[in-house]
Amino acid sequence: MIHPLVYDVAHLLAGGMVLVSFMLLYQDRMHGLLNVFALHALVLALSVSWEALIQHAPHLFITAAIALVVKAIVIPLALHRIVRRLNIHRSVETVVGIGPTMLAGMGLVALSTALMLRVTPSADALARQDLAFALSVVLLGLLMMVSRRNAVSQVVGLMSIENGLILAAAGAKGMPLVVEISVAFSVLVAFIVIGIFLFRIRERFDTVDVQALDRFRGENQ
Amino acid sequence: MTLPGFLTEFNAVGAILLIPLAAVFVLALLPGYRVTSLLNVLASFLTLLAAVSLLFVRPETGPLLFVDDLNVVFIVLNTLVGFTTSTFSASYIAHELETGRLTPSYLRFYHAMYQAMMFGMNLALLANNIGLLWVAIELATLTTVMMVGIYRTHEALEAAWKYFILGSVGIALALFGTILVYVASQPVIGEGLDAMTWTILIARAAEFDPALLNVAFVFLLLGYGTKVGLAPVHAWLPDAHAEGPTPISAVLSGLLLNVALYAVLRFKMLMTANEAALAPGPLMVTMGLSSLIFASFMLYRRRDIKRLFAYSSIEHMGIITFAFGMGGPLANFAGLLHMTMHSLTKSAIFFAVGNIAQAKGTQKIADIRGLTESHPVLGWGLVVGVVAIAGLPPLGIFMSEFLVVTSTFAREPLLAVPLVLGLLVAFGALLWRVTGIAFGTPHGGVAPVKASYVPMFAHLALVLGAGLYLPPVLVEWFQHVAQLLG
Repeated sequence: MIHPLVYDVAHLLAGGMVLVSFMLLYQDRMHGLLNVFALHALVLALSVSWEALIQHAPHLFITAAIALVVKAIVIPLALHRIVRRLNIHRSVETVVGIGPTMLAGMGLVALSTALMLRVTPSADALARQDLAFALSVVLLGLLMMVSRRNAVSQVVGLMSIENGLILAAAGAKGMPLVVEISVAFSVLVAFIVIGIFLFRIRERFDTVDVQALDRFRGENQ
Repeated sequence: MTLPGFLTEFNAVGAILLIPLAAVFVLALLPGYRVTSLLNVLASFLTLLAAVSLLFVRPETGPLLFVDDLNVVFIVLNTLVGFTTSTFSASYIAHELETGRLTPSYLRFYHAMYQAMMFGMNLALLANNIGLLWVAIELATLTTVMMVGIYRTHEALEAAWKYFILGSVGIALALFGTILVYVASQPVIGEGLDAMTWTILIARAAEFDPALLNVAFVFLLLGYGTKVGLAPVHAWLPDAHAEGPTPISAVLSGLLLNVALYAVLRFKMLMTANEAALAPGPLMVTMGLSSLIFASFMLYRRRDIKRLFAYSSIEHMGIITFAFGMGGPLANFAGLLHMTMHSLTKSAIFFAVGNIAQAKGTQKIADIRGLTESHPVLGWGLVVGVVAIAGLPPLGIFMSEFLVVTSTFAREPLLAVPLVLGLLVAFGALLWRVTGIAFGTPHGGVAPVKASYVPMFAHLALVLGAGLYLPPVLVEWFQHVAQLLG
């Protein structure tokens, strides 16, 4: 029988990610947003390491290390730099107010918990709760992407979705390594793409506000 | 059929993947666009040859890659259109260099990305592991994002950004679905690679937890459905088609949408293999029908010629998804045939549209008139293409649409009503638009066409040929695959 503390720590860390996802939702400064995202990745790294420990799956430590180095340190630093260079640190423009967004977020968490716990009675207890938390993180990331206009905060939303997916993959016992590395890898590639895009966008528009892009739609005349 | 010894020794699967992969590096390093565009054609042709050899020699199923009767159809179609598009691209892209829309270094990047995209798509089609399938589709998405943004105009950047964001969200949802499939299979098959290997999954799918599979399928359908371009998650598609280079529009419509649909079909087969799980058909029928009807009405308001045909692609992917959703031997057969015909016809249309945009110097429908007088060959080519895509006899799409409609009438007459409505609305829109473009007093540029007509007419000839006479071998093959699809 596994010690109950094992579950408690796993829950604490996975639940911590959901909490940090909520924190991402109400950030109104770009640098604050990036710091909270770094925290998100840090909690992910801890959570994955804990899974590695209790599942006796050493390869998960690699996933945790990638999350720590790339997502908690390198990417936030690079984005800080972009934000400073583009001089867009003032505030994050939201489409909907913070209050309604938070309420919607709570609804999404309730929904994902209800859904995942109902459909996974046969799965491993740890895996099913991780899945519920992971789906919450994914949905909160989606919510963040639709409620923000700024390109950088959309990217942060996307990366928080990827964090949720890694949490789910780590929770699924014995899932082959191929996928985890590929997830981390694809984030890296995605980031390069995004980096190029941000600079190109800056070159052309002098702004990274996605709304400015909408004005150039082919058919708006 | 007997083959010379060296051909049976030859590993076709490896060649299909390694030729494009090697070409990526070679094309990225070589200067000079004439040489690289020829090499691009050559690499695509060799890949096509390797793909065709799969029809005769079937390699053994491995843990990561495999070939079966279903994916071989997709692979041959993929490499065929990849090859014809590369020949079109070779003659088309030189003109883009002359007009200064692309610089030589971007052209080098373009050719390398073209092969990287072919590699991604071929890998997705050959993958026996659902994780590998996901990685390959992600790779194909990233490469096409780069190509859509290659002109670096405002519109191109916006299109690439939108495509990237929506595509990533779709791909994220698909990954969540993939993880859920693993969670469902792991208690039955055990930990490790086997629990993600498709051939093992399908054999044991009946023992999986049905509730978990249901949720997984919803995520997979929405995720990969984004890449198929199904409404309501289609928003990236028209922009990406309109703003990228035309050869890329042709492969997006003709191939990438099919690859994503292939992923949906694989998971649909898993669902069908588990009797307690939700029937996947109605979900696909609903998404297919809504795409068809939505896109057919949207066709009327288009002002940009590439957008017009992009919406037509949404419409046709809707029809195909609908047919596969209906299921059964006849509807699956119709879906496969329609997919093949649509790939060939739509890429032929985009070849024509690329020539038109270069000759007329615009993509605005209002500025293009009297094409059959100013450029008779091109104009009539476009008319034939549009007549084919609108579903008029005797071309191939008429036959496949006819099969979809009749099989629906026979089984679910109520569903046939919106289907026929959507088809008629789209038919009207396309014919109305093409009469404006092709006939009347010529208007706009009269520059001669630089790119080759051969790929366009080759595709149209295949579509016409299939409409008049389908070889019995092909019919048997498709019937067999239709049975597999359940």
